[in-house]
Amino acid sequence: MNMAIVKNRANGPVAVAANDEPATQATKPMVAFEQVSKRFAAGRSSNEVVALDNVDLVVPRGSVTGIIGRSGAGKSTLIRLVNGLERPTAGRVLVDGVDVAGLGEKDLRSVRRAIGMVFQHFNLLSSRTAFDNIALPLEIAGVDRQAIEKRVTPLLELVGLSDKRDRYPSELSGGQKQRVGIARALATEPKLLLSDEATSALDPETTRSILDLLRKINKELGLTVLLITHEMEVVKTIADHVAVIDGGRIVESGPTFDVFTGHTHATTRALLGGLAGMRLPEFLTKRMSSEPHDGSRTILRVIFKGENATEPMLARLGSDLGIEVNILAGAVDEIAGRPFGMLVVSLRADAAKIAEARQFLAEHGLASEVVGYVA
Amino acid sequence: MSPDIIALIVKATGQTLYMVAVAGLVGSLFGIPLGVFLATSGRGELFPAPSVNKVLGAIVNATRSTPFIILVVAIIPFTRLVAGTSIGTSAAIVPLTIATIPFVARLVETAIREVDPGLTEAARAMGASPIQIVFKVLLAEARPGIASALTLTVVSLIGYSAMVGAVGGGGLGDLGIRYGYQRFMPDVMAVVVVVLIVLVQLVQSAGDRLARQFDKRTRPR
Repeated sequence: MNMAIVKNRANGPVAVAANDEPATQATKPMVAFEQVSKRFAAGRSSNEVVALDNVDLVVPRGSVTGIIGRSGAGKSTLIRLVNGLERPTAGRVLVDGVDVAGLGEKDLRSVRRAIGMVFQHFNLLSSRTAFDNIALPLEIAGVDRQAIEKRVTPLLELVGLSDKRDRYPSELSGGQKQRVGIARALATEPKLLLSDEATSALDPETTRSILDLLRKINKELGLTVLLITHEMEVVKTIADHVAVIDGGRIVESGPTFDVFTGHTHATTRALLGGLAGMRLPEFLTKRMSSEPHDGSRTILRVIFKGENATEPMLARLGSDLGIEVNILAGAVDEIAGRPFGMLVVSLRADAAKIAEARQFLAEHGLASEVVGYVA
Repeated sequence: MSPDIIALIVKATGQTLYMVAVAGLVGSLFGIPLGVFLATSGRGELFPAPSVNKVLGAIVNATRSTPFIILVVAIIPFTRLVAGTSIGTSAAIVPLTIATIPFVARLVETAIREVDPGLTEAARAMGASPIQIVFKVLLAEARPGIASALTLTVVSLIGYSAMVGAVGGGGLGDLGIRYGYQRFMPDVMAVVVVVLIVLVQLVQSAGDRLARQFDKRTRPR
């Protein structure tokens, strides 16, 4: 890691976040994990497993917060602590200010009715129609048939399945099943929606439509959404806050744009591997060395964030500083609705000139990073 | 075939139906809850009671591994206690019921264990109580399996009921043995066998239809 990025993080996006901060802190967070650990006791054929290790994490009210990590990183355990499907070994899990870890089964049941949950494999009852599946949580809460009818009909409309009302899950496509799952999770008018890999079993197009629906619910109903996923695409598309989890620890968290464009942690980088411009082209890595030598050109990765992504800064390196810039690879992407670009360029200049160039870029809000040297 | 013999066959059919119906009904009444309990009382399940689960499981296994004809004789004192007598059709219902309970319980347990655990988790996440999970999720989703289990039970009961002639229980099996075999009347034997086959066929196809009706997991398009 180099100074430019650190500096940029301190000046640029963090300042934006700081402006947001008072508003979110003034209102109580929807979910707060406080030094939460979860260990699964050793079984006859297994060793003790530390699923979560001293996790601190806040889910701001009204946000879409994504927790991303590889399988086995502890995401499933983390999300199940929120509605008490799992209990922590240590620490507190505050949902709307109430520590669910300390609740008995009975109190927990009423808390659960205020939290909707969507599952990777939908978990719909095969013996119930779409309507009756959505009605299930209401039946459980003891709502009468008439009120159920009144509640479920608009929900079917919200998820665009009014015409599938009397269909059984086996007659629905994957995307339609997940829509029923979402409607069911909304039936009791929860304040928090948990999504456990809701799109992982769906094709990209259906994933997109389900994410749009979740976004719409978040915006229109003001529902806080906490989702776990292993798919970069999901977090990039809808999460405004993100936490990266690895080996039961939160390794990075914050506003999605900052975390993904700062990408300081190795795990975040690995997850970002698929993101445009992150991976260096092979023709370059083959020839690249980590130390400069006589007449070598410096390979620089320049990161364009937000507004800056549209300024012609590289051209000005040539015109203002007289440095020859050669573009080797690059891409522009969008994270949490903001443009994000990355260019890999080679500069033919001495160390002093390179430092000057990077200084110039930093002054204009562009982070840069020396990735290597080629002859 | 003389009218007397025909009257005997009709009467024996009635006895078989009576025994099978009562034993099947009472056996299911106890067997289904027992099966639900066996399926939900393991460690970390809905009603965790692992030691009770083990004891009940052992009793179920013991009853199921006792040959039915031995069970009939072995529980004669109990039969007398319940039915007031140890011989006759009504008395025969007692051992039939006792044999049916563990039979139903194991089949229902299997049917319930086949319900996707994800559904139980979803119901828990909705704030369902264990009892609600049993009725709204487990029993509802296991309906096709339970329908098949009860069909199998009734078919087996028809077979078992042939053995209760040993304690004067009557029924088709008894008629077949006493008239068809011991009195050398092959025509009576043939009729008995045909009636039994027809009964089993009727029960099986009715049960299959019911199971199909309950099963919404896959549908032909």
